[in-house]
Amino acid sequence: MGCARGIPMTKAALPILTVLAAIVGIWYLAVAPMNIRVALDTVERTGAVVTPEGSVERRAVSVWRLMAQNREHVSAGYALDRPRLPTPAQVGGELWKTTGEMAAKGRAWSKRSLIYHSWITLRSTLWGFVLGTSIGIIGAIAIVYSRVADLSIMPWAIISQTIPIVALAPMIIVVASQLGVESRGVPKAIISAYLCFFPVLVGMVKGLRSPEASQLDLLKTYDASGLQTFLKLRLPGSVPYLFTSLKVGIAAALVGTIVGELPTGAISGLGARILIGDQFGTPLAIWAALFAAAILAGLLVTVLDVTQRLTLGRMGMRA
Amino acid sequence: MSQQPKISAQGLNLTFQTNDGPVHALKDVDLNIEEGEFVSFIGPSGCGKTTFLRCIAGLETPTAGDLSVNGMTADEARRSRAYGYVFQHAGLYPWRTIGGNIRLPLEIMGYSKADQSERVAKTLEMVDLAGFEKKYPWQLSGGMQQRASIARALAFDADILLMDEPFGALDEIVRDHLNEQLLQLWARTKKTIAFVTHSIPEAVYLSTKIVVMSPRPGRITDIIESPLPAERPLDLRDTPEFLEVAHRVRDGLRAGHSYD
Ligand SMILES: Nc1ncnc2c1ncn2[C@@H]1O[C@H](COP(=O)(O)OP(=O)(O)OP(=O)(O)O)[C@@H](O)[C@H]1O
Ligand SMILES: [Mg+2]
Repeated sequence: MGCARGIPMTKAALPILTVLAAIVGIWYLAVAPMNIRVALDTVERTGAVVTPEGSVERRAVSVWRLMAQNREHVSAGYALDRPRLPTPAQVGGELWKTTGEMAAKGRAWSKRSLIYHSWITLRSTLWGFVLGTSIGIIGAIAIVYSRVADLSIMPWAIISQTIPIVALAPMIIVVASQLGVESRGVPKAIISAYLCFFPVLVGMVKGLRSPEASQLDLLKTYDASGLQTFLKLRLPGSVPYLFTSLKVGIAAALVGTIVGELPTGAISGLGARILIGDQFGTPLAIWAALFAAAILAGLLVTVLDVTQRLTLGRMGMRA
Repeated sequence: MSQQPKISAQGLNLTFQTNDGPVHALKDVDLNIEEGEFVSFIGPSGCGKTTFLRCIAGLETPTAGDLSVNGMTADEARRSRAYGYVFQHAGLYPWRTIGGNIRLPLEIMGYSKADQSERVAKTLEMVDLAGFEKKYPWQLSGGMQQRASIARALAFDADILLMDEPFGALDEIVRDHLNEQLLQLWARTKKTIAFVTHSIPEAVYLSTKIVVMSPRPGRITDIIESPLPAERPLDLRDTPEFLEVAHRVRDGLRAGHSYD
C-alpha cells in the first residue's frame, strides 16, 4: 500500500546522483591546487623545468600562480603516490585493492584488508548499538513513568553529551585496562554506546509521550492497567519515533567506535587504519578507510530504513 | 428494574483552578437519567457539556455534590466498565485495523478470543461496516471512522453510552444517516444514552429528554421531556410537533444567553 504513494526508485535516485556528481566534480577540480606543490616537487626531481625553481622558493608563491606558470605539470597532481588530496579514482582504486581484490585472492581476513578492519569496527558498533539502545529505551521508560527519574536522568543525559568524546575515550580505555579487561572491544563498545544512547533516549521519551490525552482517557474508560496502557498504546505509538532515533543512534555508535580506535595502541579497526595512515604518511590509506567508514554507515542506516518501512507497513501505518 | 435512576446528579459543582483564576464549569447541576433514556445535552461552547459527561465517566472529579452511576460512585462505575465513551474525534489507533480497534477494549477486559471475534463481527454489522474489519483507519472516510469508534464503545457489555459530539465533524447527509442508525441501535440495545450536540434538530430528533445548558457558570437552564413518539422516521422533522419542541429548545438557549 505504501508503493502507490511512494516516489519511484529512479526518480528518488536522481537528486542524490546529481549531488554526487557535483561533489565528484568539485573534488576533481580541487585536486589541482591541493596537489600542485607536491606535483612540482616530484617532476622537478625527475629533471623537468619548473618555475620558480626549488621547493623553498615556491613556498612564497600562491598555488594559483604556480598552476598558471606550470600548466604542463598540473596533470602530474592527478597521479601522485602520496597526494595531499587523492582523486576519487585513486581512492576508489585503493578501496578496491584493499577489499574486492584481496577477497578475490582469498585474503579478506588479512590484517591489510579493509574488510577485516570494517568487520572489527562493525562488531564493536553493533555491540555499542545494542547496549546504547537498551540503555536509551530503559531510561526513556523510567523517565516517562517516574517523575523522579525525569528530574534526575534527563539533566545528566544532556550533560553527558556535552563532554567531548575524544577526551573521554582514552580515559574509558585506561580504566577498562586497569580493571583487567583484556579485549579492546569492550571499551570501544562502551564509548560507542555512550554516544548512541542519547538520541534513542530522547526519541523514545518523545515517542512514549506521543499519545494524546484523549487516547489515554479512552484506556481509562476501559479501566486498563498501567502495563496494558504501555503495551497497547505507548509502545506501539513510539515505534515511528524509535526508528528515527535508531538511525541517528547507529551513526553515532559508529563514530564512537572509530573514536575508540584512535588512541594509540589500537591496531585493528577503521579508526586505527586512519591513524596509521596518518603516522606513516599514506594519505590513500586514510581516505580509503574514511570511505569504508562512510559506506558502512550508509549500509547500516539503509538496513534500519528498510526495517522501518517493513515494520510500519506491517503495522498498517503509512511510512 | 430498580426504581433508582441510572444516572443521578444532585447539586453537582466543578470548579477548575486555572492560571487565570477559577473556572466554574458546572454549577448546582441536578439531573436524573432513567434507564433506557436517550438524553441530549445542548448549549453554547464552554457551558460544561463535556465536563459533565466526563464527570459521569469518572474522568473528572466534581468539587461538590453527589453523583451516582448504576447506583455506584462514578469512579466505581468506571472500574466496573459500566459505560462506553465515544469521543468527539474517533481516535482510532492507526496501527490497528478497524477490527483490531474494536477488539481493543475486549482484549483489555479479558474476553476470550472466540468471543472477541464474534463481538467484532456483530458490532461491525450494527454500524454497517461489515467487510471493513481488515481495513486500516486511514482507508476509511471520517463518517466511517466515527461509526467504527461507536462500534468500539458497543463491543462490550456496558448498558450506558456516553457520546460527546460524535457527529460534530460530519456533513449533514452523513449525519442524518447516522442519526437514523443510532436510533435503531438504541431501540435494539435498550442502552441508556447521554449525547452531547450543538445541533437543535439532532437533539430533538434523537432524544427522549433534552437538557439545555448555558455557560459562565455552566448550568442547566431547561429540561425538556420530548412528547415525540418512539417511532421516528426522518421526515418527522417536518411535523408541527417536532418544530414546537425545537422552538422550545431554541428559546431555552436564548434565555441562557440573555443571562450574561
Ligand atoms: N481541564 C480543564 N482545565 C481548566 N478548565 C477547563 C478544563 N476543562 C474544561 N475547562 C473549562 O470548563 C468550561 C466548560 O468546558 P467544557 O469543555 O465542558 O465545555 P463544552 O460545553 O463541552 O464546550 P464545547 O461545546 O465547546 O465542547 C470551559 O470554560 C473550559 O474552558
Ligand atoms: Mg465539549
